[in-house]
Amino acid sequence: MKNKNRKPLNGTMLWQLFATMFSLSSCTFGGGFVIVSLMKKKVVEERQWLEEDEMLDITAIAQSSPGPIPVNASVILGYRLQGIVGSLVAVGGTILPPMILLSLIAVFYDWFRQNDVVNTALTVMRAGVAAVICDVVINLAKNVLGTKKPLYIALMVITFILGYFLDVSAMYIILGCLATGILCVVFDQWKKRRNNG
Amino acid sequence: MNTLIKLFISFLQVGLFSVGGGYAAIPLIQNQIVNVWHLMSMEEFADLITIAEMTPGPISINSATFVGMRLMGIPGALLCTFGCILMPFVICLTLAYFYYKYRNFSGVQTVLGCLRPAVVSLISCAGLSILTLAIFRDGAVNFSLSNLKWVEIGLFAVCLFLLRKFKLGAIKIILGSGVVGTLIYLLIPGLA
Repeated sequence: MKNKNRKPLNGTMLWQLFATMFSLSSCTFGGGFVIVSLMKKKVVEERQWLEEDEMLDITAIAQSSPGPIPVNASVILGYRLQGIVGSLVAVGGTILPPMILLSLIAVFYDWFRQNDVVNTALTVMRAGVAAVICDVVINLAKNVLGTKKPLYIALMVITFILGYFLDVSAMYIILGCLATGILCVVFDQWKKRRNNG
Repeated sequence: MNTLIKLFISFLQVGLFSVGGGYAAIPLIQNQIVNVWHLMSMEEFADLITIAEMTPGPISINSATFVGMRLMGIPGALLCTFGCILMPFVICLTLAYFYYKYRNFSGVQTVLGCLRPAVVSLISCAGLSILTLAIFRDGAVNFSLSNLKWVEIGLFAVCLFLLRKFKLGAIKIILGSGVVGTLIYLLIPGLA
């Protein structure tokens, strides 16, 4: 079954996809969820390529499969927008900036380590990155609260406590919620069968 | 065995077994590069991690490029990075195919609905740890006056205001905060 939303190969779209991933990847520091929240801001809010729920699903899949989260997320995003060619283009955009930059740093390693301006810029930028993530989180949390489903709100609060205060790894949190979701499906089926029978 | 082949095999494994993102890859890389193949010393490896963390991009891609480049030049960098993303690429493409095939089934919707709040929490945890690093001098939550970085706190507040009020783009905000912050530190030397 072909995805009905996917458009035929489109040069402009491929170029935008590459440019978006390239610029995101050049500006993100630290772990995978940082780039994913920037990706959400860019792809859902600025470019409007995806629905917010879809972006969250992509993040969950990217998190639970092996490999770097940004690469995984761009594979799925690229596939969604332009099929396998899209995946290749998106991954290319994601890995090129770090490849170019790290190659240069490997060559000019000693100079880089001693340069104060470079060090200061890298440190202060964290404030901007934190602000962007904060903005994204406010929007996302509002939407979860907006569903008015006690289960979702409880899951959000519990997983936050587990992740932030108890340092439970993201992998177990995702697996735990997956199990909760499967239990809900089983429970729904059981209720349906009991009402029918 | 040829170093290029060793590097490729190492990073193929790093890509395949680093479930859970950036920091999960570090012990795997260390095991392969330092312990199994003796391609780098532990000191060089510690430097590698520092650089991979403070430069943009995913940590494992950064490490792959850096290790490859230091040991075997451009062919090494290309081969390590390729090795690192090959298996994740194939696996994710398969998962994406199944996701778009089955995501409208009501059961799948219920399961995904339970995953979404967790993703929101995970993103906020990542945001809080970056914020902690950004505004506290010793990188830990400690509200004593000497431990607070006022320039960063100001930048954070201004950036957040611009994002909420004027919906400025993410890249503009990050680059802007880098330029403004660096200028403040350069022009007022006493702050650092």
